[in-house]
Amino acid sequence: MLNFNGYKLSWSVLGWLFPLSLKFIHFSCLYKPHCPLFSRPYILFNSMFFSFLSVVVLCDCCNANAAVSEPAPAAEPVESTAAHSDVPEHAPYLLIGGGTASFAAARSIRARDPGARVLIVTEESELPYMRPPLSKELWFSDDPKATETLSFKQWNGKERSIYFQPPSFYVSPTDLAKVENGGVAVLTGRKVVHMDVRENKVKLSDGAEISYEKCLIATGGVPRNLQVIDRAGEEVMKRTTLFRKIEDFRSLEKISREVKSITIIGGGFLGSELACALGRRCKSKHSVIQMFPEKGNMGKVLPEYLSNWTTEKVRKEGVNIIMDAVVKNVSYKNDKLEIKLKDGRLIETDHVVAAVGLEPSVELAKSAGLEVDSDFGGYRVNAELQARSNIWVAGDAACFYDIKLGRRRVEHHDHAVVSGRLAGENMTGASKPYWHQSMFWSDLGPDVGYEAIGIVDSSLPTVGVFAKATAKDTPKAATEQSGTGIRSESETEAVAVTLKAETTAPPPPVQQKEDYGKGVVFYLRDNVVVGIVLWNVFNRMPIARKIIKDGEQHADLNEVAKLFNIHED
Amino acid sequence: MSYCKQEGKDRIIFVTKEDHEAPSNAELIEDDPNDPYEDHGLILPNGDINWNCPCLGGMASGPCGQQFKDAFSCFHYSKEEVKGSDCVENFRSMQECMQKYPELYPQEDDNDSAPSGGADNAPSDSVPTSSPESTPATTENPAAS
Repeated sequence: MLNFNGYKLSWSVLGWLFPLSLKFIHFSCLYKPHCPLFSRPYILFNSMFFSFLSVVVLCDCCNANAAVSEPAPAAEPVESTAAHSDVPEHAPYLLIGGGTASFAAARSIRARDPGARVLIVTEESELPYMRPPLSKELWFSDDPKATETLSFKQWNGKERSIYFQPPSFYVSPTDLAKVENGGVAVLTGRKVVHMDVRENKVKLSDGAEISYEKCLIATGGVPRNLQVIDRAGEEVMKRTTLFRKIEDFRSLEKISREVKSITIIGGGFLGSELACALGRRCKSKHSVIQMFPEKGNMGKVLPEYLSNWTTEKVRKEGVNIIMDAVVKNVSYKNDKLEIKLKDGRLIETDHVVAAVGLEPSVELAKSAGLEVDSDFGGYRVNAELQARSNIWVAGDAACFYDIKLGRRRVEHHDHAVVSGRLAGENMTGASKPYWHQSMFWSDLGPDVGYEAIGIVDSSLPTVGVFAKATAKDTPKAATEQSGTGIRSESETEAVAVTLKAETTAPPPPVQQKEDYGKGVVFYLRDNVVVGIVLWNVFNRMPIARKIIKDGEQHADLNEVAKLFNIHED
Repeated sequence: MSYCKQEGKDRIIFVTKEDHEAPSNAELIEDDPNDPYEDHGLILPNGDINWNCPCLGGMASGPCGQQFKDAFSCFHYSKEEVKGSDCVENFRSMQECMQKYPELYPQEDDNDSAPSGGADNAPSDSVPTSSPESTPATTENPAAS
């Protein structure tokens, strides 16, 4: 300790004051190499200041505090009281929904409006948390307590919780009006059932009313179910999981330890990620089946050749894939579920996970008099995410106008963060349109990883530019240290590598089996690049973002591909 | 040599390293540094601090957000020879506040918890060249009490 003008100050305080030099900080966060900010160097503070901040600050792509040195204590579900007593009568900023978009907005509002009082009202009993680990990292964790604590190891070896912030970050709803510098309060277990736009107030499921000045609707959505399962009766429903929330993860995790066979219906992001996660976990003991109507995994997202390649990889994770599968009927027989396909095939399984899309939650549209989009679903909002004066919508539930790409609705984590942040900015007077393009990513095991941005729809014409992959080009290699555990090379893989080495001679590559190791795929609409997939090529998102932002017609996309340096790490 | 094939509407090009060696002739539009819509880093074009910068994480929005903003603003605008030396009071109240929330602001003096390895370009030799011994000398001015 040092005495300075009568104050006892620790060295760390003084340390902050004496700058060394500015240094470039690459922010790496939870999802490196998928952090959209990763490649953007920030000249932050002086290094001493930063050395303190490095303890607590991290990039916002996941709204994460990564540097929690021990697993954050599991945030217990906050008890929802029956009485109205804890419900504030008024909230200057009212956020309906307690997910990623809502949390991002809360943070944005607090950053811009000093002393802001923000109230989040959520149906769930949980504090705001991030979803991607529920179908990824949490399944790969070695920690047997992971399901309980919801903590997992990040790419850099550090533990973190899926909750954006621990309970101490929040102010209690009853204190919100009084606390000196404002804060964020979360009212859990309460649903907003009615919205009165003229009087600027909402009514909750327990009858309480809250008036607001600015309101955000970030209600997300609920998983869709297959009609045939809905109609199939209780025994089938009991053995079906619709996966979205923490409780779904916990329940499926338990089931995966108890049953012999699980079938995932759906070939998109969630279905494929869960299939891989379960396949890896259960390889020797159980059977994991994935079925979908398309020809390959991610069939609606990736061009056919990549979708096929991905499907092979998912198979290697131990998943039994059934393509061209349209479910006609599901019934409960002899303590098993029997799935009958349209083409007559019969599949027997113990448990079903339906990952067939999300239905945006637009129940407030009626009482609030808000428009719902008939093409994309969700609340229709303008380019600034505004539905009406004082009402904004963000996240999965928002059908918004993207200045560059047109009207759309996006169901990805980074979009929830970006749109939530934008809504928060606009709620505090920024009047900015949706400009910063969000991205998304997927890792299907250690060999297949991609990042994407824009409109990535396999029905669009595409141009893919690929390089020969080396052993270095995988998500596992692209990260410093994989939190998922290094997958040991199988014998077959070793053999495959040797074969390739022999055939990689001057003769034209046509003779080799095509290996889409790494590259970049451009999705075109009227000759303009509207979407880009970076296939096993990481840390290049800013370039991709720039190309989409420019919206130019490029005569030769191979030249554009050069900008990505796909042959380098 | 690169070669190319077409599968329906999808075109696929395979390129070697040599194929991509020549610099690209693709034209990109020059960025407008004053674009009001663009996300900026920590410091805005006009020199102000962007409190909503994702790089700050929850620092400006948490329970100690106000103290943090005061301290960092003071530091940012400080014109003292030793930048920030006039901000001791602000940093002190920030630290006081942060100590009340150890869960949110873990008080660690070492760099153990910093993002590891490749995250930083410079080695984390954050030993100040102005060593601790000299600091009393430089700060022994009649600072604000």
